[in-house]
Amino acid sequence: MNTASMQWGVTDGWTLLVIVGLAGVTVLTRCFFFILDRPWGLPDWAQRALHYAPIAAMAGVVIPEILITDGHLITTWRDPRLYAALVGGAYYFWRRGVLGTMVAGMAVYLPLHLGLGW
Amino acid sequence: MLPVALGISAWGLMTGVAMVKSGMSVFEAVAMTLLVYAGSSQLASIPLLVAGAPAWVVLATAFCVNLRFVVFSLHLRPYLIHLPRWRRLTHGYLTADMSYAVFTGRYPQPAATPAEQREQEAYLTGGYFVTWTAWMVMSLIGVALANIIPQAWGLGFAGVLSLVGILCSMATSRLRVVAAWIAGATAVAAYALPLKMNIVVAIGVAVLLCFWIEKGFVPDPAAEDEQ
Repeated sequence: MNTASMQWGVTDGWTLLVIVGLAGVTVLTRCFFFILDRPWGLPDWAQRALHYAPIAAMAGVVIPEILITDGHLITTWRDPRLYAALVGGAYYFWRRGVLGTMVAGMAVYLPLHLGLGW
Repeated sequence: MLPVALGISAWGLMTGVAMVKSGMSVFEAVAMTLLVYAGSSQLASIPLLVAGAPAWVVLATAFCVNLRFVVFSLHLRPYLIHLPRWRRLTHGYLTADMSYAVFTGRYPQPAATPAEQREQEAYLTGGYFVTWTAWMVMSLIGVALANIIPQAWGLGFAGVLSLVGILCSMATSRLRVVAAWIAGATAVAAYALPLKMNIVVAIGVAVLLCFWIEKGFVPDPAAEDEQ
């Protein structure tokens, strides 16, 4: 692999197809109830699922990204992700802002990761 | 609109950097930025794409992450339904979280007359034009900057931290907090499942357990939503 391909990364046709599919998911979800002309509703169970499925999907993606290394639950406290996520979450509930959550978390993550080498 | 555009710009810049630092190629990151136009589902699908999860798991996860838009679309229907379908779909596709919040904040009621309808459509279009432009320009700058930032800095984690913020913003009732903990614990416990199925299992377990808690222990689920 030469320097140029390392910088640009390797593009994969299958991934591009999935990206097109993701664009379709954006259109489908953002337009869901006004794609059809006639009015319609969801069954009751689906309405209730709308309350829990979004946060469950987000937690299902995010929590392993914080707690798993190489396929296993971490067994050390010396992991900058733990403290960054805790501080980020605390910031969110203090000030309400996704951007501030990211900045506060990185302000903890970078010194621990680059400074202490965790 | 200025504070909104500034917030979108910073979040777009970071998403651009995080996409490349999480393992996307530059071309894939640019395609994702231009086509998908949904920061949270972009960032949530990247770990799955990098792990080689099957397409349906990636799409199903993105669909669930995007379910909040389904709720918005029900709200927006009376504002848009008089338009031809292709225009509704264009407006819907381009109306993300902030554009939706600004638009429905400015117009709490759908238009009653054709003149008001044109006014509202113009306001909606102007709003998402600002957010779309800010997002696209800054995301593409982020993708370009990512190439000169060393991988060892770990800036991909900024994407995870943004998702932590979105996760916290979704925790608007006690049962939703419970759903998040159940899904997080299940996704970790089931991590060894192939094809990133742990996320699908986590969503299923969390939704079913919350249905059960709701039925058995919460007398008035609608009131609980207001907590």
